[in-house]
Amino acid sequence: MLGLNGRDTTVFVIVTVLAIMAPFLLNPFPTESGLAQFNAGYPDLMQRFAIFAIFAIGFNILFGLTGYLSFGHAAFLGVGSYAAVWIFKLFTYNVVPAILFSVVIGAIFALAIGFISLRRSGIYFAILTLAFAQMSYALAYSVLSNPKFNLTNGETGLQVYPGDLQMFHNPERVPDLPHLFGLSMRANYELSVGGWDFNFNAGYYLCAAILLLMFYLSMRIFRSPFGMMLRAIKSNQTRMTYTGLNARPYALAAFVISGMYAGLAGGLMAAVDPLTGAERMQWTASGEVVLMTILGGAGTLIGPILGAGFIKYFENIFSKINDSVLHAWFAALPDGLEDFLVAIIYPFIGKGWHLTLGILFMLVVIFLPGGLVEGGQRIGRLFRSRKTRKGETDEATQSTPAE
Amino acid sequence: MSKSLLTRRGLLKTGAVAGTGLALPTIFTTGSASAFTNEPTGGTVTLGFNVPQTGPYADEGNDELLAQKLAVEHLNGEGDGGCLNTFSSKALEGNGILGHKVTFVTGDTQTKSDAARASAKSMIEKDGAIMINGGSSSGVAVAVQGLCQDAGIMFMAGLTHSNDTTGKDRSANGFRHFFNAYMSGAALAPVLAKEMGKDRRAYHLTADYTWGWTQEESIVASTEAIGWETVNTVKTPLASTDFSSYIAPVLNSGADVLVLNHYGGNMVNSLTNAVQFGLLDKQVNGKDFKIVVPLYSELMAAGAGAAIKGVLGSMNYNWQLDNEGSKAFVKSFGEKYGKPPSNSAQTCYAQVLLYADAVARAGSFNPCAVGEALEGFEFDGLGNGPTLYRAEDHQCFKDVLVVRGAQNPTSAYDTLEIVEITPAAQVTYPPNHPMFGGDEASLGECNDGA
Amino acid sequence: MDAILLQILNGLDKGSAYALIALGLTLIFGTLGVVNFAHGALFMIGAFCAVTLQKLLSLSYVVIDETKTDFMGNPLKVEMPYVAKWFGPEIGATIIDWSVPLAILFSIPVMIAIGFAIERGLIKYFYRRPHADQILVTFGLAIVLQEIVKYYFGANPIPTPAPDMFAGSIDIGMLVGFDPNAIVYPSWRLIYFAFAALIIGGVFAFLQFTTFGMVVRAGMADRETVGLLGINIDRRFTIMFGIAAAVAGLAGVMYAPINSPNYHMGMDFLVLSFVVVVVGGMGSLPGAVLAGFLLGILESFASTTWATTTIPGINQVVIYLVAIIVLLARPRGLMGRKGVMED
Repeated sequence: MLGLNGRDTTVFVIVTVLAIMAPFLLNPFPTESGLAQFNAGYPDLMQRFAIFAIFAIGFNILFGLTGYLSFGHAAFLGVGSYAAVWIFKLFTYNVVPAILFSVVIGAIFALAIGFISLRRSGIYFAILTLAFAQMSYALAYSVLSNPKFNLTNGETGLQVYPGDLQMFHNPERVPDLPHLFGLSMRANYELSVGGWDFNFNAGYYLCAAILLLMFYLSMRIFRSPFGMMLRAIKSNQTRMTYTGLNARPYALAAFVISGMYAGLAGGLMAAVDPLTGAERMQWTASGEVVLMTILGGAGTLIGPILGAGFIKYFENIFSKINDSVLHAWFAALPDGLEDFLVAIIYPFIGKGWHLTLGILFMLVVIFLPGGLVEGGQRIGRLFRSRKTRKGETDEATQSTPAE
Repeated sequence: MSKSLLTRRGLLKTGAVAGTGLALPTIFTTGSASAFTNEPTGGTVTLGFNVPQTGPYADEGNDELLAQKLAVEHLNGEGDGGCLNTFSSKALEGNGILGHKVTFVTGDTQTKSDAARASAKSMIEKDGAIMINGGSSSGVAVAVQGLCQDAGIMFMAGLTHSNDTTGKDRSANGFRHFFNAYMSGAALAPVLAKEMGKDRRAYHLTADYTWGWTQEESIVASTEAIGWETVNTVKTPLASTDFSSYIAPVLNSGADVLVLNHYGGNMVNSLTNAVQFGLLDKQVNGKDFKIVVPLYSELMAAGAGAAIKGVLGSMNYNWQLDNEGSKAFVKSFGEKYGKPPSNSAQTCYAQVLLYADAVARAGSFNPCAVGEALEGFEFDGLGNGPTLYRAEDHQCFKDVLVVRGAQNPTSAYDTLEIVEITPAAQVTYPPNHPMFGGDEASLGECNDGA
Repeated sequence: MDAILLQILNGLDKGSAYALIALGLTLIFGTLGVVNFAHGALFMIGAFCAVTLQKLLSLSYVVIDETKTDFMGNPLKVEMPYVAKWFGPEIGATIIDWSVPLAILFSIPVMIAIGFAIERGLIKYFYRRPHADQILVTFGLAIVLQEIVKYYFGANPIPTPAPDMFAGSIDIGMLVGFDPNAIVYPSWRLIYFAFAALIIGGVFAFLQFTTFGMVVRAGMADRETVGLLGINIDRRFTIMFGIAAAVAGLAGVMYAPINSPNYHMGMDFLVLSFVVVVVGGMGSLPGAVLAGFLLGILESFASTTWATTTIPGINQVVIYLVAIIVLLARPRGLMGRKGVMED
């Protein structure tokens, strides 16, 4: 289907179903129950899942295929966001031009930075990209927000002010917020069934639709001759050179494509929430996408999506569990036991969520070198091997073939 | 979410009608069915406390959280009632807010605008928070304030000192109790003139971002008004940890006062570095060299240790303030947590009570009604003395403290001593002051999310 | 002239911290081939060794002072350190005052032990794994270490002053004939510089003049051959990890009085120290030291008013700009070797 082979089609269908059904799947617990704390099906987080999945998928095209470890990818996300907000400020709140422009700006930045950085490889490449990203961050935070030439609005973050030009924006006809031809990105339909509340959010479905498109694109890249070339860069660049192929144009193309993915993600972030800050470009943000990709499984198709979801879930859900919530959970237990359990768990949640995340990174890397995808495969193999063993015995007892 | 053309007053009237309509049972409710965003249903109302829990400001955030929890207790009639007993408005009865028991959710701002908005959104969208309170930086405050304005939620700012929060970035749904950079300058200048004379030459080191610039602008203006000369203003990168290369040239520049427009870790390091360079032991132009830190906090004082001795600065509140409200709050906080509250804790505590009181007086949780109840509200008994919530820019006007690092502190908590309580009148400015966005700055329309 | 001298001095002082951290990173990378993102955390733990010792030495018992009251109006509880009780108030105060220099002795065994534990317990299993895995696992370790420190010590910086006699500054300018106040520099920072020079010299001498060092250098150059000669290079490499951790720790201990330690100070140095290592050339010890001092001096000059008015924002980006220029002009950094970390 759609030029994909059978297995890829299955994966794509699964991702599509997951993306469409996310409002149900992410809200498995009734709103009033104690476990509602673990629900992730609210618009903001769903949007983040989709956006960071796009970001990580793009990063994976570079890192997973070519092996070039960029430590400055957040710069492209940041400039994408700035580009989109500037479109909002100057022209229109319609998200289409903003997103397109953010992709273009992401591509231009990636081309410039990639052209220079790709002259080196290995850690030298990583440090070059890091240096460019940190420079962008530092400049965006301070110099580029001086009153004479305020491109980024510094610490406060670039946002739309009432006095802004907004040439083609008509608040009489369309919402005074980012919108898709009149459909506000905030438009939300809440469906209450029994104790459950499910959110259907316009912004999320836009992000999800683009995510599916981008995922499809990345599958096609992975399976194309171009993808093979990129893999060749990773496995043996010298041999590739000897066969008369120049690796750099291919690497640069991969870099620019992943820069466009990052710019797109940045544009979408601005589309669902029209404010952007320089922190989006900081090295920690670049590090985050590296972690997402490796955690999920670098070089695999679905790994980056899993990694992005995993980290964002932690950041947004675990950081909000505080000691009162814990006490509420264990309230049924005897007092002493309750306090004991709370004391044990408390360092790992709420303000301690970084600690849990750090431990999980280590565990995943130590025991699952291929990331979460490998974990999934192992579990799958476990089931399959059991099944096949069962199948073997079946075959043994039932010697007549099925046909 | 279409743009409402209703006026605020009209909305109040319809709000009351809609309120009765809401009593009807609904099978499929949508977000737009309620009169305003996150209207409390059932017996509880949820407040959102958005403070830094990770990163360099985690301890300050934790202090804010403690104060907010205390405020919730007091609102629900638990504990000793704290400032409810001294608060000049008696609308709160210790039975929650309008009979709804107060619950809260917490989030981690990480002191990053993005993360702060994400956690605020999760509190609004997922937990149904009716109000967001807290924070420890101006960038975060402005970012979250903008979010709350769009979502139709009240924002009660925590620690934010930049002029912009209630200046050019002021918004109808946002309210600030904390003081600002202009007030620091106005309060400090007379004390500086008295203590150091009127012919001083100042050297500024300024954190290179919006808050630093507004503070530098304010302090330069107010010190030049008393006759000081500004020798140099140097911007330091936010990410700096070592300020030695900025401090090394100070002594040789002809300046005899160093002003550190830094906050948090930046301030701790720059002050420690300046004292290491022996600046306070030197004489320049025949005068003793002095250091000024316009914005102080207890945690910064603790981090800088002995370096703060004798260094002047300003604060929004200090637990040593001797008034009824302050005493009640310190007693309540101290009994529960075993330490006196910091000035950011006091701001967050006061903001929660002020919000609850405004709801009680308005008789509605509708942010527009609450906002109207807060505008122009004059109160006392929350620790700062008589205070006005000005209607034009949603900024509180109250006395500002000038403090100094104590020479011989007796414990970890009295490292700062109050030098002067500058009356509110002296730090008041017109709402269209050029440092606050001038005539163009506007609150915009109140938004209740309907 | 004096202004230039002052900035050079400042650059050497800044550079000594960079050089020490980069030296440790390079030791680990050069010997074990591991990219250690937890190195900043080791620096931070070193600084917290000073904090811990200071807290241990000032362990106190409580005396109630009826003449004063605390913030609740109760009689004030005054904390009296045990050392003052045991050794008399004067010697006790001196011991507490000297806690940072004492922490140097305290930190060496602690840091070596931590280094061994990390190498044997974790890094060992990552020698044959890709660099990306090493980065991720050591980054995770760095987060865990700093969160543990945060859990016990809080997020706020903790003042750890140097002994009183080094608290002030020295007017170096006057000593060499400049006007008073022309070149004033804090005593402790001068000590830091001397200390760094000593440690760097010590590490080089150790590698140069001992048999152990010779084997390690041989291992750095060609691990396989050394292994084929029947030498247990792994055990030596474990020891090298311990030494590298100790170097980072000592850099941290001595840094504690310069800036009050906080739990994330390691992360603040991490990116910078990697830039230093790469500019110096991966795997080159002299390169790391040279780049450390060079970047310190450049950073110092970039922060002068003259530089920032000529090129706005230069002080924010100078390190990265230099890194880009160096890497483009010299592919493997200032003194790097071919084939190291290029795959």
